[in-house]
Amino acid sequence: MDGAPTTAPDVIRAEASASVTQPLARVPLVLNKRNFDWVTNRIAGAVEGGTPRWWWVSFAITVMIAGFGLFCLGYQISTGVGTWGLNHPIGWAWDITNFVFWIGIGHAGTLISAILFLLRQKWRTSINRSAEAMTLFAVICAAIFPGVHVGRVWMAWFLAPVPNQYAIWPNFRSPLLWDVFAVSTYFSVSVLFWYTGLIPDLGTLRDRATSKIKKFLYGIFALGWRGSNRNWRHYEMAYLLLAGLSTPLVLSVHSVVSFDFATSIVPTWHTTIFPPYFVAGAIFGGFAMVLTLMIPARAIFKLQDIITPQHIDKMAKIILLTGSIVGYAYMMEFFIAWYSGNQYEKFAFYNRIFGPYWWYWWVGMLFCNTLSPQLFWFKWCRQNIFVVYFVCMCVNAGMWFERFIIIVGGLHRDFLPSSWGFFTPTWVDIWTFVGTFGIFLSLFLLFIRFLPMIAMSEIKIVLPEADAHYATPEEHHTVAAGGMERR
Amino acid sequence: MITPSGNRVYGIAAEYPSAAALYEAAKVVRDAGFKRWDVHSPFPIHGMDDAMGLGKSWLSAVVLIGGITGLLTACVLEFGPSWYLYPLDVHGKPTNFWTVPAFFPIMFELTILCSAFSAFLAMLMMNLLPRWNHPMFNWDRFKRVTNDGFFLVLEARDPRFSENEAVQLLEKTGGQYITAIHEEA
Repeated sequence: MDGAPTTAPDVIRAEASASVTQPLARVPLVLNKRNFDWVTNRIAGAVEGGTPRWWWVSFAITVMIAGFGLFCLGYQISTGVGTWGLNHPIGWAWDITNFVFWIGIGHAGTLISAILFLLRQKWRTSINRSAEAMTLFAVICAAIFPGVHVGRVWMAWFLAPVPNQYAIWPNFRSPLLWDVFAVSTYFSVSVLFWYTGLIPDLGTLRDRATSKIKKFLYGIFALGWRGSNRNWRHYEMAYLLLAGLSTPLVLSVHSVVSFDFATSIVPTWHTTIFPPYFVAGAIFGGFAMVLTLMIPARAIFKLQDIITPQHIDKMAKIILLTGSIVGYAYMMEFFIAWYSGNQYEKFAFYNRIFGPYWWYWWVGMLFCNTLSPQLFWFKWCRQNIFVVYFVCMCVNAGMWFERFIIIVGGLHRDFLPSSWGFFTPTWVDIWTFVGTFGIFLSLFLLFIRFLPMIAMSEIKIVLPEADAHYATPEEHHTVAAGGMERR
Repeated sequence: MITPSGNRVYGIAAEYPSAAALYEAAKVVRDAGFKRWDVHSPFPIHGMDDAMGLGKSWLSAVVLIGGITGLLTACVLEFGPSWYLYPLDVHGKPTNFWTVPAFFPIMFELTILCSAFSAFLAMLMMNLLPRWNHPMFNWDRFKRVTNDGFFLVLEARDPRFSENEAVQLLEKTGGQYITAIHEEA
C-alpha cells in the first residue's frame, strides 16, 4: 500500500530518461555529409568557369526590358508626369504602389540576415546572401519611383536637408521626409551588412582565381582577408551589431512607409493598424520573392544539398504565418470600419469589395494573399516545389494588388462624390513597372554570375566538423587531458 | 630571425587537419605563454577566442559612440532648422513641445546609420584591414585558409619565440607542414 506512491514517480522518471537517451534525429542543414571543400567548390564553382548559355539568353531579355523601362523613365522625365494616368483625385497610383511593392520585397533579405541571425536560426545561412542581394536590388527599384514621381526630378535634391540659396528647409515633422531618411538608411545599412558578409567569401574567390584580372579584382574587394581569428573576433562582433541594428531598422522602414498613409485623413488610410500590418505584408511578399528566385537557382546550380526541402519548408511556414497575420489585418480593417460607425470608412470598405476595383480585392487580397498561403498548413504542399512556386507567384501578384487597393482604392472615392474618379494606367505606367522587373532581374543575374550566392564561410559553420569539440570520443579524451578547458 | 638564404622570417606556421585540432593546439600555445601568434580558419570557430585567451571585442564601444553621434547629429539637424532657421507653419498645425515625437523617426534612422558605419569602419580599423600584402600570403598552402585549411602561426617578434621551441610546440600539438614564413615574397 505505501510502496505504490513511492515507486510510481520512479517509473515515470525511468521512462523519461529512456526517451531522453534516444532523442529525435535532427535533419542536418547540409545533406549528404558534404565537407568544407565540397561547399567551396559547389558555390564558388558557380561563379568560375564559362558563362552558361542560359545566362546570356536571360540576361539579354532582362536587359532589354530594363532598357525599355529606362526609356519610359526618360520619356516621363522629359515630358512630365502627365504621361502617367494620374488625375484628380488619384495623385498617387502605380508609382507609389510600385514603390511600396518593391520596398516590401526588400524586407525579406534583412529579416533573414538580421532577425533570424539574432534568433540563432542556423538555416538562414543557406539563403541570407541571395536574399540580401535581392533586398538591395529591390530597394534600388523602389527608390526610382519616389525619385521620379516628384515630376521635376532635377529638384529632387530638395528632399535632402541641405543649406541652399533659398534658405528653406524641409518639414521634419512630415512622414514623407521620414521616408527619405528611412529608405536611404535602409539601403546604406543593407549594403554594409551585405558587404561585411561578403568579405571572407571574396577571399575565397581571390584564392581560387585563375586569371590575374580576377585575382586582382576579387583581391581588392576582399581587403586582404586572411581568416585570422584575431580578425574574426572583431568581425563577428561587427556582424552581430549590424544584425542588432538592422532588426529595428527593418521594422521601422515599412512602419515609416505606412505612416505616409496612416497620418493622412483619407478613409482606409487613417488607421493605427498600418505599421504592423505593412511590416507583416513586407515580410510575406519578400519571402515569396526569395523563394521565387531561389527555387530555380537551386535547381540550375545543383544546390539541393544546401538549400534543402527543410529550408523551403521553413520559408513556407513563415509565409503561412505572415500571410495569416495579413489576413487577420484585412479582417480587422473591415471590423473596425463597421465598429467605428464612421460612414466614410464603412463606405470605403463596402466599395473595396463591390466598387469599381472589386476584382482586385477578390483576386489579389482574398485569393492570392489570404487563401493561397493557407495551403501551407499541409506538409505535402510545403514539400511540393510546384505548389510552393504557385503560392509564391500568387503572393507576388497579390501583394502588388494589395498596395494598389490601399492607394488607389482609398483615393478614388473619398468624401465628396463630385470629386470621385477612376484610374487607368497608360503604357508609360505599365512599362516603367515592367522595366523595374528587368532592372531587378538583370542585377540579380549579374550577382549570381560574379559573386557567391550562398555565404560559404557561414554555411561551413553549420557543418558538424566545424565544431571545436567535434572528434571521436577517444580522440577527444586524450587531448582534453593535456589542456585546460577555460581560463 | 633570418634564414640561411637571407630571408627575414615572419613566423613559423603549421597546418592542422580540423577545426577541433586547431582549437586544442591554440589552448596549448596559449598556456605556453605566447602573445604574438594567431590562428587562421575558413570560418570563425566557436570558442576560439577563449582558447586563444582573447577577451570580448571592444568594437561595441565604438559603435555606441557612433550611435550617440548619429543621435546628436539628428537633433541638431532637425531642431536647428525647425525651431531656429526656418520654422514652418503647415496648415496651422501645432509646432509646440508636444510635436517633438514627430522628430523621433529621423533621430532613430540617423542613430542606426552612424552606428552601422562605425561598426563597419571600426571592424576594418581594428583588424588593420585592408592589407593586401601580408606575409602569410607568401605560403602556398595558405591559399586553403579560405576553403578548408586550418593554420596556426607563431610570430618571430614574440618575446617567447625561438625556432626550436616553436617547431617543437607545433609538432607536439599535431601541426603538419611546419614552415618558416618569409617576410618578403
